[in-house]
Amino acid sequence: MSTHQLPEHPDFLWRNPEPKSSYDAVIVGGGGHGLATAYFLAKNHGMTNIAVLEKGWLAGGNMARNTTIIRSNYLWDESAAIYEHALKLWEILPEELEYDFLFSQRGVMNLAHTLGDVRESIRRVGANKLNGVDAEWLDPQQVKELCPILNISDNIRYPVMGATYQPRAGIAKHDHVAWAFARKCDELGVDIIQNCEVTGFVKDGNRVVGVKTNRGNINTEKVGLCAAGHSSVLAEMAGFRLPIQSHPLQALVSELHEPVHPTVVMSNHVHVYVSQAHKGELVMGAGVDSYNGYGQRGSFHVIEHQMAAAVELFPIFARAHVLRTWGGIVDTTLDASPIVGTSPVDNMFVNCGWGTGGFKATPAAGLTFAHTIATGTPHKLNKPFALERFETGALIDEHGAAAVAH
Amino acid sequence: MLLISCPNCGSRDETEFHYGGQAHVPYPENPNDLNDREWAEFLFYRDNTKGAFAERWLHSTGCRQWFNMLRDTVTYDIQAVYPMGAPRPATSTTAPEGATK
Ligand SMILES: Cc1cc2nc3c(=O)[nH]c(=O)nc-3n(C[C@H](O)[C@H](O)[C@H](O)COP(=O)(O)OP(=O)(O)OC[C@H]3O[C@@H](n4cnc5c(N)ncnc54)[C@H](O)[C@@H]3O)c2cc1C
Ligand SMILES: [Zn+2]
Repeated sequence: MSTHQLPEHPDFLWRNPEPKSSYDAVIVGGGGHGLATAYFLAKNHGMTNIAVLEKGWLAGGNMARNTTIIRSNYLWDESAAIYEHALKLWEILPEELEYDFLFSQRGVMNLAHTLGDVRESIRRVGANKLNGVDAEWLDPQQVKELCPILNISDNIRYPVMGATYQPRAGIAKHDHVAWAFARKCDELGVDIIQNCEVTGFVKDGNRVVGVKTNRGNINTEKVGLCAAGHSSVLAEMAGFRLPIQSHPLQALVSELHEPVHPTVVMSNHVHVYVSQAHKGELVMGAGVDSYNGYGQRGSFHVIEHQMAAAVELFPIFARAHVLRTWGGIVDTTLDASPIVGTSPVDNMFVNCGWGTGGFKATPAAGLTFAHTIATGTPHKLNKPFALERFETGALIDEHGAAAVAH
Repeated sequence: MLLISCPNCGSRDETEFHYGGQAHVPYPENPNDLNDREWAEFLFYRDNTKGAFAERWLHSTGCRQWFNMLRDTVTYDIQAVYPMGAPRPATSTTAPEGATK
């Protein structure tokens, strides 16, 4: 966990081509999901005449703003299936992409502070085991053994009553993940076009046949939306609505410290999650700002609140300093599950609503969304997450059930 | 932190308030006539405007009254505060580029 273990800063990993006049498919959004989708379209479906259009710079959205927590210990079968598939892909991707993006399986702990938490956590451990997801219940002493800097005394406002633990969970370097996918996409012939904002769609009846951009119109057979916080804006351009609200989500880092924190700790109840990045900074986050926002910034009291929680749980952090705070725009749904599949517009597909927790899903979201775009049909892992569930009522309620939503 | 002008109490910190989401979403007039699609719209679909957005706020630790506010969701500027039930005031500012209504 020190600077010298980080890979050399890479040279340019992809071309910066001019957009062609026509592609077989266009992916809107050059975050993790857009890049992973393009990679699997090229690799698994032989679709190489495709482009990823990004209005800013690659991974400048949530992809390089998240706190990089990767885990699969969700409650419901549908979620466990797709997030566990993602975790298995994370385990092989560094080799497949020939890029060590420092996927570190240091485990993730979800603390329980109330009797309700304890019951919910033990239930989730049971559900996880039935779904083949590694999960353990730890008592406070075992929590302390795994993470000695945690305060497990009973004289704090919400004492630690135990935790769920997923040993295979962990963190990765998010910007390197994006670059790893981008390099492979480029090698496979995918055009990655930065500074290219989609401003509208060209339709023939109800079928999308092109995208309008600030760099001209591009004809395309198919469009895949991977625009995270801006999904509603793009859907409106295409003429349909999504049950999504965009919120600011903030995070912060401290200055660099010696390695003190061996795992990842999340607390839903006092609401903070903390890990220590490879370079040594403490990385913290919590929940969204309550109001809708596209400003990539939030209110300071949200930061204050998560730091108060962190200092109570980790007294050793009291002397650390906040170096930097930032925000992203997350696309939340009412059941805290993503929306993936076909859309009301023919040949246009949506991958959105991953909200505060889509980084961990990146490889599986890409793999399954590529399948959906290439074949026009759902993949068995993303089928339950179709837009229709808001009509049928088959919601996948992961609020709280999966501990904090990251 | 937002500084919000409660119509009853004046300027207070955002931490005294609760957010209520999109304003002007009436309960269906004839609920029995709604099909599944329309119920989904009422229950789960709300505007997600980039730009001037009419939304509800509750002054929960003050007068405990609801009111409406027009706020820009990009700059977070508060453009108007008005009572529940009153129509949305016209905005002088134009929404930023790429904004939806
Ligand atoms: C502070 C924070 C912490 C988080 N922590 C975690 C975590 O610990 N674990 C986890 O699993 N998830 C986490 N997340 C969530 C995760 O980051 C997102 O769910 C995920 O990154 C979304 O997919 P993406 O990478 O494709 O999104 P993005 O990187 O946001 O990609 C969307 C892209 O679309 C582009 N775009 C938008 N409109 C247009 C347009 N009109 N034309 C062209 N391009 C456009 C944007 O510029 C952007 O680059 C966190 C998010 C934030 C903000
Ligand atoms: Zn008041």
